[in-house]
Amino acid sequence: MSDIGHARKTLGKRILDGTGEASFPDRRAAFNNRELSGSLGALVDQVALHANRITDQDINAAREAGLSEDQIFEIVVCAAVGQANRQYDAAIAALDDAAGKE
Amino acid sequence: MRLQVLDSGHGFGTKALFALIRTVSRQPVLDVVKVVKYRADFYGKPMSAVTQEAMRGPSNWSVGDRELMAAMVAKTNECEFCVKAHSAVAQKAYGHEQKVSELLSDPKNAHVAEPLRATLLMLGKLTREHTVNAEDMRAVLAAGASPQQIKDALAVCFSFNVIGRLADTLGFSIPSQEAFDAGAKYLLARGYR
Repeated sequence: MSDIGHARKTLGKRILDGTGEASFPDRRAAFNNRELSGSLGALVDQVALHANRITDQDINAAREAGLSEDQIFEIVVCAAVGQANRQYDAAIAALDDAAGKE
Repeated sequence: MRLQVLDSGHGFGTKALFALIRTVSRQPVLDVVKVVKYRADFYGKPMSAVTQEAMRGPSNWSVGDRELMAAMVAKTNECEFCVKAHSAVAQKAYGHEQKVSELLSDPKNAHVAEPLRATLLMLGKLTREHTVNAEDMRAVLAAGASPQQIKDALAVCFSFNVIGRLADTLGFSIPSQEAFDAGAKYLLARGYR
């Protein structure tokens, strides 16, 4: 049966702990959707919760805050993977609960 | 595409590959491919490993079922690019266009096996509300899906909750149906590697 466990861990480790243009704290904060304020915090929150409402202005605001396109790319990836991770982990916990696992 | 580097910042070898794709397929390179190929060691390669396992790894769900789940996640996220892309793959996999559109528009009443229906509804709730509880999972188990089938479906959901967010945030262009059909043919033949 399929098992994304290893590949998912590798992805998370790469985007959070590997080399990149955005700082390690910013990537981790984007992944967790915490501790970021201003236009960057707003963009991360939108990516996590309302990505379909994002506009050019949201991306431009991050540029105007001084982020390069590579940094924005990395932050957006971290925000998207982080939100998907939280949802996946919550669902697996619910399944374990339903199936009577510890 | 909202970030110019993702449109034109690729290295020479990747640009040559894109030119080849355009020539052979007679279609534009899809934005999802441009993102996967941009600094591929950061996102594209590790994410493709996840998606390949979720969509083409061993599972009691068929390829069509998993592509349908991807389209359902995309529909719930209101991600037009992913809905069209994965509806096209599911239609080719099932060989039945109407079945996919019926399932996406009304999964509660569509003609489909109960385990798949219950799983689609659970994935919709998880994607819409960002969480589910044990009661939701008991409903899927009671409908006949095995715990492993649910895990396999959650893997699909993970992948497309990432990819859909990138599509909407980065502003993927919506190409013609012919371009989606060409992409679907490729994904069925080659997978997500």
